[in-house]
Amino acid sequence: MISFLSRRLAYMAATLLLVSFASFVIIQAAPGDYAEIVAAKKAATGAIISAADVQAVRVELGLDKPWHEQYWRWLSGAVQGDFGFSWAWRRPVGEVIAERMPLTLAIAFSTLLFMYAVSIPIGIYSAVHRYSFGDHASSLIGYLGLAIPNFLLALVLMYLGQKYFGQSVGGLFSPEFANAPWSWARVKDFLAHLVIPVLVLGTAGTAYLIRSMRAAVLDELDKMYVLAAKASGLSPMQLLIRYPVRMALNPIAATLGWRLTYVISGAPIVGYVLALPDTGPLFLNALLNQDMYLAGALIFLYCLLTIIGTFVSDLLLVLLDPRIRLE
Amino acid sequence: MMIAPIDTPVLSVRGLSIALDTRDGHAVPITQDVSFDIARGEVLALVGESGSGKSVTALALMQLLGANLKVARGEIALHTQDGFRADVAKLGARGKGIEAIRGARMGMIFQEPMSSFSPIHTIGQQIAEVVTVHEDVGRKAARARAAELLGKVGIPDPVGALDRYPSEFSGGMRQRAMIARALICGPSLLIADEPTTALDVTIQGQILELLRSLQRDLGMAILFITHDLGIVAQMADRVAVMYSGRIIESAPVRDIFRRPAHPYTRALLDAVPRLGDIDRGRRIRPIAGSVPNIFDVPPGCRFHPRCPVAVLPRCAELQPPRYASGRHEVECVHGEKVLA
Repeated sequence: MISFLSRRLAYMAATLLLVSFASFVIIQAAPGDYAEIVAAKKAATGAIISAADVQAVRVELGLDKPWHEQYWRWLSGAVQGDFGFSWAWRRPVGEVIAERMPLTLAIAFSTLLFMYAVSIPIGIYSAVHRYSFGDHASSLIGYLGLAIPNFLLALVLMYLGQKYFGQSVGGLFSPEFANAPWSWARVKDFLAHLVIPVLVLGTAGTAYLIRSMRAAVLDELDKMYVLAAKASGLSPMQLLIRYPVRMALNPIAATLGWRLTYVISGAPIVGYVLALPDTGPLFLNALLNQDMYLAGALIFLYCLLTIIGTFVSDLLLVLLDPRIRLE
Repeated sequence: MMIAPIDTPVLSVRGLSIALDTRDGHAVPITQDVSFDIARGEVLALVGESGSGKSVTALALMQLLGANLKVARGEIALHTQDGFRADVAKLGARGKGIEAIRGARMGMIFQEPMSSFSPIHTIGQQIAEVVTVHEDVGRKAARARAAELLGKVGIPDPVGALDRYPSEFSGGMRQRAMIARALICGPSLLIADEPTTALDVTIQGQILELLRSLQRDLGMAILFITHDLGIVAQMADRVAVMYSGRIIESAPVRDIFRRPAHPYTRALLDAVPRLGDIDRGRRIRPIAGSVPNIFDVPPGCRFHPRCPVAVLPRCAELQPPRYASGRHEVECVHGEKVLA
């Protein structure tokens, strides 16, 4: 177990290094740089900008250095927790992200919780009552959930939320709570606003998970060991929970890692549509503005979450399945 | 309460018919009018080719038929030593009634020891579970019982084996563990559905020997389902031969081998290779044709299209009568003459 863990941790570190490199290269690959954006903004106000001025900005920001030097500077800073300076925000990247990351995590984990809490029972029900009305209904809703694009679902739900529940559109807080200190009322307001993003981000994943849970349970129900356990006198419920469901959790746990990725990578556009004060819109803007240290740090953190998610799902699998443990 | 006479069979099956519900709403009979008794401590072998309905019959005895199969008619009277009696056919496939019988009064072992255990639970969990389901026993006591049974079925280091996973056991060991699981609550009847078919021959011999000795020690009855006449000769007290969903002959094991009365039974025996066949110039005679498709069963005697002694048109039109001489019964037009 110890060797398994340390091996996995080493892989994770290596993957992270590669990811940091890739994210840096991707950001660099976009045409132009932040200095040109500064120049364009200034030119838009009527100021006259010379090539020398642009170059001066470049030198000031270190953009004139070769890319590997920039990468090295960024990486060595990142290791020490210094992700550089956000030019657009005129604040350290760490600070900007720290304000918003907790909300991103709250949304992501609420969404995951929602997906599993809804899909596992429905998947089991669908498998046990195959071809029943409930099974067909859950399939239909599931396919709709898969087919509707997130941003459209977001718009529809915002409209419904506003019209029928009188909820303020978008954001994670009502205006009166936006800058208020944390209180019980603010938590309730926050949870109420969490419903729409969680539904939007979680619907497709939930539909997918229902299908895979259903298939996994169906697979197990026909297995010989289920019949053998039934022949020893277990009641249908004991049987279902102890054997097929327990077995079906393995493939579900195995995909936990990329479920998390899916939720987080789907978040920026949804966050934009819903005007969420989390890292999603921050990330989109950073990419548009070529605010490279901020964008790089966000890509890096998203990847870190993915890698952690994969690690957790591997760990769960080891705990769930002795056959993996014994190898 | 009436105390049953000592010679009341443990299991008495009368007129059991199992039907398959097809998608278009028809009920296709899989077995018809199956009747047999199993006496206390007796080993009855149910013999037949694949598709003859023997496994389905075994499953029906514990109400374990698949969703599209059902007991259409008949009685499955269970009568255990402690005075318990029930008609399993009337209990239905769900509920406390049948659950209290499964694993406690009737145990079952299956053909595939490899897949009869869940791969992610320990052997000990899966055997002790049977005790906790049926008896008001703590987990520790159940574990101790499981270890005791594992020892009884010949597993070395039974206490250590409790915490092992099925994948750490060989096929033979798993079948031993399966036997322990089926017997841990002391059932009066063990149903063994081809328990050695998936094992190699030496292991097969060991398992059969184990079953025989457990049967003698515990005084339980066994319904042994097989297509292997060698195993029948070794294990059974009595034999029932099934063909296309009907029991066409039943007799004490000696009579089956010495005086088979049904042409199908004779053909089965002729199809068995024996040591020295080649020296004596004897050839195995396979039975021409094959078991009828259940959706297209021939009228009259189901064996008549393959039968060398069929009396036509009578055998193709009428269900042959059943003749009995002592404990030897046969369903054939020639029955009276042959048994005489």
